[in-house]
Amino acid sequence: MTASHDTFSDKMADAAIRATPEPLAARVRGLSDRAIAWLFIAPTIVLLLAINIFPLFWAIYLSFTNFRANRPNAVVQNVGLGNYSRILNDPDIWASMQTTAHFVFWTIVLQTLIGFTLAYLIDRKFRGHAFWTTLILIPMMLSPAVVGNFWRFLYEPQIGLFAYAVSFVSGIPTSDIQMLGNVHLAPWAIIIVDTWMWTPYVMLICLAGLRSIPDYIYEAAEVDRASPWRQFWSITVPMALPFIMLAVLFRGIENFKMFDMVNLLTGGGPGSTTEVASIALKRDAFEAWATGRSSAFAIVLFVAVFGLANIYVKALNKVKQR
Amino acid sequence: MTDHTLATRKSLVPNKPRRPFFLRRGPMEMLAVALIALGFLMLFQPFALVLYTYSFITLLAGTLMFTIVSKFPE
Repeated sequence: MTASHDTFSDKMADAAIRATPEPLAARVRGLSDRAIAWLFIAPTIVLLLAINIFPLFWAIYLSFTNFRANRPNAVVQNVGLGNYSRILNDPDIWASMQTTAHFVFWTIVLQTLIGFTLAYLIDRKFRGHAFWTTLILIPMMLSPAVVGNFWRFLYEPQIGLFAYAVSFVSGIPTSDIQMLGNVHLAPWAIIIVDTWMWTPYVMLICLAGLRSIPDYIYEAAEVDRASPWRQFWSITVPMALPFIMLAVLFRGIENFKMFDMVNLLTGGGPGSTTEVASIALKRDAFEAWATGRSSAFAIVLFVAVFGLANIYVKALNKVKQR
Repeated sequence: MTDHTLATRKSLVPNKPRRPFFLRRGPMEMLAVALIALGFLMLFQPFALVLYTYSFITLLAGTLMFTIVSKFPE
């Protein structure tokens, strides 16, 4: 069987050699290892340039023009720093930045606290912990569109389960619990949904961190008569910190560009209380059709996230080196 | 120890010229990080529009500076 297989392979190789034009075969045979490596990664690099790098530079170019995507044949004029000046002097966009900051801050705080607590509990390896881990991970696996839609039903004042539960606990009539219609509650409604959906992700990363701590460190601490409280603060937290920081970085970057959930739940309303930067950007780009200005806005956001990620990676490296 | 021995020992230590402040990685990286943090706070603070206006240029300066100085040798 093996011999016949080898014979077949040899025949195929011979056929391929015969079919390859001699000049091409000579050229390929003459390539160095480095050149062959470049040949292999070239398609990926070309794809990366086409999908990521080119649109970035194109957006930078557009941010200095008055280009409008709904008028592709109109003359495009250079407006210099005009778009940036407008973006950075607009009180509405400034307000959307504050909404984004509020949203990012509270989602990260809640997700990190709850995620780490869950990971710590799951790491105890109690009976049926695998089942609970799977159950907790379910929200993360759902599509944001599905989550947004069913939470809209849950938040319904008349028929929603959330309003019913709050009413049952607090005694407030369900009709008064307008999670998505109240200017004070709507931002928190989005924070609750995002926390519900993405806490399992933070939990998973924290769990990986907790599982990476060797048992002998705890055993040594036990020998030294360290209390569980002391073990937690001197071993568990410092050793899981790089993982927690990584989770915060991922969630922070992701939440800065949060769009789908907000768009589905409130669409930026009531008024503009939940208009995060990405919703303001979408309105500028696809409702006002100010493509040049919205490109400038996108670049401002990009620089903010890129700068923050730089600091964060530096801090992460420092923590890892400790 | 004689003066002669001291002089010999001094000559064994290479007299490395110190880089100027703006070419040293450590302090310049710290400066870049401070600029980025300041720009970030200015961008998201709710107190003064003028701080928001100048936040982008601060952030951009910090980010570009960080990108350049992080390539300096340790």
